[in-house]
Amino acid sequence: MTTSSKITLTRAFMALVFVALVCVPVIGSRAMVQDLFMVLTLLVLALNWNMLAGFAGLVSVGQQAFVGVGAYAMFGGVILWGWDPLPAILLGGLAAMLLSLPIAFFTFRLNGAYFAIGTWVSAEIVRLSLAQWKALGGGTGTSLPKGTTKDMLGVAQIKEILGVSSSAASDALTYWLALVLATVTLLAGYLFLRSRMGLGLQAIRDNVEAARSVGVDPLRLKALVFVLTAFGTGLCGALLFIQITRVSPDAAFSVVDWTAFVIFITVIGGIGTLPGPVVGVLVFYILQRALADYGTVYLIVLGLIGIVIMLFARKGLWGMFTEKTGIELLPLRHRALPRSDT
Amino acid sequence: MIWVDTIVQGILLGGLYALFAAGLSLVFGIMRLVNLAHGDLIVLAAFLILTVVNFLGLSPFVAVLIAAPVMFAIGWALQTYVLNRVLGDDILPPLLVTFGLSVVIQNGLLEGFSADSQKLSAGPIEAASLPLGPITVGVMPLLTLISAVVVIFALNRLFYRTKLGRAFRATSDDAVTAGLMGIRPRNVFAIATGIAMVVATIAALYLGIRANFDPSIGPARLIYAFEAVIIGGLGSLWGTLAGGILIGVAQALGAAVNPEWQILAGHIAFVLVLLIRPRGLFPRAND
Repeated sequence: MTTSSKITLTRAFMALVFVALVCVPVIGSRAMVQDLFMVLTLLVLALNWNMLAGFAGLVSVGQQAFVGVGAYAMFGGVILWGWDPLPAILLGGLAAMLLSLPIAFFTFRLNGAYFAIGTWVSAEIVRLSLAQWKALGGGTGTSLPKGTTKDMLGVAQIKEILGVSSSAASDALTYWLALVLATVTLLAGYLFLRSRMGLGLQAIRDNVEAARSVGVDPLRLKALVFVLTAFGTGLCGALLFIQITRVSPDAAFSVVDWTAFVIFITVIGGIGTLPGPVVGVLVFYILQRALADYGTVYLIVLGLIGIVIMLFARKGLWGMFTEKTGIELLPLRHRALPRSDT
Repeated sequence: MIWVDTIVQGILLGGLYALFAAGLSLVFGIMRLVNLAHGDLIVLAAFLILTVVNFLGLSPFVAVLIAAPVMFAIGWALQTYVLNRVLGDDILPPLLVTFGLSVVIQNGLLEGFSADSQKLSAGPIEAASLPLGPITVGVMPLLTLISAVVVIFALNRLFYRTKLGRAFRATSDDAVTAGLMGIRPRNVFAIATGIAMVVATIAALYLGIRANFDPSIGPARLIYAFEAVIIGGLGSLWGTLAGGILIGVAQALGAAVNPEWQILAGHIAFVLVLLIRPRGLFPRAND
């Protein structure tokens, strides 16, 4: 098979998966929609973290700061200023982006492991500060006003077209938003990494000095990635908490839910590869379902798999698969142009 | 006078944080390993002491003597069979492996001991206090601070006055050249992690006597320990003590203003120090 027909085939396959996912609320059960919503949002978080740690070399353990701020800004928009939740999601993303500036100012002075701890402490500071915000429930948190999600823009139309209850329609809406967010994040990541800037980023990861010598500015590129992933993570946090409908500092800034899981998903799937988070999130979901009856055992299994992968197969499941089969989805390598000499 | 009292209590609290941090500082200084499981290993040690106390009916202070060698063995094995494989220029693998370890230990303890709060009982000494001029200090907090100073003094002696310490420093400065001189870096690392776990056991003793603990509290303790290590400066053990005390005093002052600000004040002190001195107060090593 030639390269171009391989690419066409992969693209057709991915389009098919996308169409199938779009149809889920129409043909699938509500439980399935809710499950897939969680999978898609975790995927968005994992794609963002993978971009940070896998491509920009910024190992953050403080991404929950952006999830939490996104959620709180969305709640602020809805409860304090009476916004519709949908524009409030955008507010969540912008708030996270804004927050990423001072955090970057502080943490970018630290390198390597210090950076990781710095992001973690930053997230704790934001959590403890927001716990002081009495209008949004302080330390105990608050709920969205009753009926908010049922009156969201578009819910009435979906209800009519699909012929389902308002809560099922609002589930469908948040699900589609999550699907769009995941798809856009994946495609944007791909296009970014294939672009000139993305090439610079990977050059920095491979050799900072060499990259610098050909005119790549590491600080500027890394800061850009940090701010953009904060935006994506904030959007995802706001969307998540529309579905959860209740926010509290501990839930919104949970290091386990929004960072630990995400790290394992990325590592198991394959850090520094684009399809890695997709594979990882599927493995995570299957593990969680299969071991659901055994309490926290799935966390232990997840941790052990993560350790084994780091010890023996650093490129994760996807990296192993690519090595064995030579199949690449979303390849990041630039092929040399065919030589025209005779 | 209230302020003097607050600051003294803060210094005493800092002793506990310095104990949490001492083992971390040692490992960090020698092999640049950021052990994200350190907090959970301290909690593991606390449960180990608790088990010994329950089965043999000993005082926690005696039980430590049995728990410490076990923890040394755990640390040695951990370094030899897991952590040595991931050390290198790339900081990601060690971070992720210790992160995985943290989740495994935490949830393993949860399965084994349930989420119930536990406490080590040391008898009447827990409530005892000493009048010290115009203020009164608890015997246990004072003992914690003294232990922290003794542990750090002992580690420093080990580091600068013994053959093993010379191997530690040589490996820390340049592992390859140290290897040429007949030192096996991997063995040195394994012993260092073992010693760090002995220090963690001492920290666990005071943690367990002074407050309730359950399997989930590791990461919160870890974050204070890291702050102490980073503020103090890489590879400086006395710096770690100073860092712990700084965090303790900041927390005590924050709590005096508003109880909800205790933890926040500690974190803010950490950020302020690093904004002024990104490499900490007393950095020994150069990176």
